[in-house]
Amino acid sequence: MGAALEIRNLHVNVEDKPILKGVNLVIRQGEVHALMGPNGSGKSTLANVLMGNPAYEVTAGEIIFDGRDVMEMEPDERSRAGMFLAFQYPISIPGVTLANFLRLSINARMKAADPDSKGIGVSDFRKMMRAKMDELQMDHSFAGRYLNEGFSGGEKKRAEILQMAVLEPKIAVLDETDSGLDIDALRVVSEGVVKLKGPNLGVLVITHYQRILNYIKPEFVHVLYQGQIVESGGPELALKLEEAGYDWIRERAEG
Amino acid sequence: MEAQKQRRTAAPAAPLYTRADVEKLSASLNEPRWLAESREVAWDLYTRMEMPGRNEEAWRRTDYRRIRWDEAGTWIAQPKQDVSVVPAEYLEPLIGDQQGGTIVFTDGVLAQHDVHASLTEQGVVFASLSDAVKSHESLVRANLMTSAVLPGEGKFAALHAALWTHGVFLYVPRNVAVELPLHVVMYNAQDGATMGHVLVVLEEGAQATLLVDYRSAEGATQSSFVGATELLVGTNANLRYVSLQDWNRETYEFSTQRARVGRDGQLDWIVGNMGGEFVKQFIEVELDGQGANGRVTGMFFAEHEQLFDQDTQQVHNAPLTTSDLLFKGAAKDDARTVWQGMIKSLPKMQKIDGFQACRNLLLSEDARMDAIPGLEIEADDVRCTHAATFGTLEEQPVFYLMSRGVPRAEAELAVINGFFEELLDRVPYERVRDRLRASLEAKIVGKSIGR
Repeated sequence: MGAALEIRNLHVNVEDKPILKGVNLVIRQGEVHALMGPNGSGKSTLANVLMGNPAYEVTAGEIIFDGRDVMEMEPDERSRAGMFLAFQYPISIPGVTLANFLRLSINARMKAADPDSKGIGVSDFRKMMRAKMDELQMDHSFAGRYLNEGFSGGEKKRAEILQMAVLEPKIAVLDETDSGLDIDALRVVSEGVVKLKGPNLGVLVITHYQRILNYIKPEFVHVLYQGQIVESGGPELALKLEEAGYDWIRERAEG
Repeated sequence: MEAQKQRRTAAPAAPLYTRADVEKLSASLNEPRWLAESREVAWDLYTRMEMPGRNEEAWRRTDYRRIRWDEAGTWIAQPKQDVSVVPAEYLEPLIGDQQGGTIVFTDGVLAQHDVHASLTEQGVVFASLSDAVKSHESLVRANLMTSAVLPGEGKFAALHAALWTHGVFLYVPRNVAVELPLHVVMYNAQDGATMGHVLVVLEEGAQATLLVDYRSAEGATQSSFVGATELLVGTNANLRYVSLQDWNRETYEFSTQRARVGRDGQLDWIVGNMGGEFVKQFIEVELDGQGANGRVTGMFFAEHEQLFDQDTQQVHNAPLTTSDLLFKGAAKDDARTVWQGMIKSLPKMQKIDGFQACRNLLLSEDARMDAIPGLEIEADDVRCTHAATFGTLEEQPVFYLMSRGVPRAEAELAVINGFFEELLDRVPYERVRDRLRASLEAKIVGKSIGR
């Protein structure tokens, strides 16, 4: 049986304000879930909390990954255990090239597995990175550019998926990876994700829109509203939301 | 009234040198009469000036009263004249295994002197200043503290002019391009005082790259270095000059460094400050000829009780001159840094373009960094901009790296290194960059040596 990410009764505050108010969700390796919901419902908060962003405070509940208590793990441990977050707003790091960033990530894994590891060889690394870049139709010159510095929206999202391809996580959370992309960029990025899909990868796609789901095709769709999952279903739920919007969710939640 | 009185009583103490030291030094170096006399004139100037204190703008943020001149000002009694005392890594060639020339001083005494034969054939002089005084007397006499650094410009400049102990002279004749790098190491194996000089003269159309390393072995008592650097870049000449300071943490440096750039000349000046207990540097570029261009890059990292004070000036004395100054530094622990910059232009010097910026990374709540840009522009058709920024280590980039599996310490290291990387891109030679990266890294992770 593959690894599972289990979120149980999760409560999260941001600057003392409750944002998540008891979220329950289980994602297994090999499954694709979509999490939808109107602005401010807590989707990005959930994504950041899963990865351990220090700006968010968990007040109650549990996150279990592969049998381990995630709350006890630093973000780097979570990553090495197989969790991945594609950021909605990837951060630029001046002076650190994309290639260096990737090498640091790979070497951190190798050193955690074997303290004597010297890390990946330069030519192996270059070969692997170029192959993955080609799959995402990224120009090789990106490798030498400072991470996300001056990248367009689409380039940033491609770089996120490149990192995912290189790190081969067990569970990946894609936080609005489709936002700010034009149709061509959306297709390239989505196809990149689709290539990575398989029995060893569980995905949680966080989005406002149906269009990325046309490519990634989730088996499960959930609606987050005011910090709670208020509706779960199959792909038809996403289509219904696309057609009818969130008003019926609102009415039901408040009625 | 009370405060004034306090300030006066707290004026910094002066070194204990006497006129006899000047005569003795000049005699021991067997110097010609003109040089002995110029040292004495400088000594007279020195005795007439006050020790600079915090009532002067340039020293307002810089307290050096912890110096004990009885220790720090004492000459090294028995200098080692032996290159084997210098750690081998400091002597590594800068590029490949070929060097245009290497000059090593130990304890202020010439210990090694190599120059590529092809340079000598082309009329290049790369020698210790004391040797050059004899072999190229008129060249040295015409340029030594006559136009770049003047003995009368400050207490420490005068002291240096009176008592400089050693130095290097680089002369590149007209239209000669020195392709291979030239390397000077001033290494002190013992505690005490040295006063090193760098004099570079590039004639019209000449080109050279010179790197000067200032280092010392770990110290038990205080040391001092009163230095001067003079860079004379002629018409259409091109000088790349790198000066890296990594003294032990008992050393007090006071140095006056100035370049003059002639018509269409190019100066690319890189300054690194890592070591020393206290470092006060005046770093100035005078753009004298139309079309002259000066780029100054500064990199500093202060930790523990270190105090770095870097005073920079970009002076536009001719039209169509450009200057570009970028300093970046970090401070951790209780360290203190000051950068004070100034762009000046004379009236009627039109179409000048000056830029100065100092970017500061504060890595501890107890560290303090000041950055004070300044402009004194008397012309009107100019573009002069300045910036001073301060930041701390941001959590979000660190989190981003950690979210990819990189442990916190390595993530912080990568972000801080990234801050300096833009400057390292300007540093010539991979080996020099690697060395700088290593000393930055040692500082960031708190494992630097020589404290």
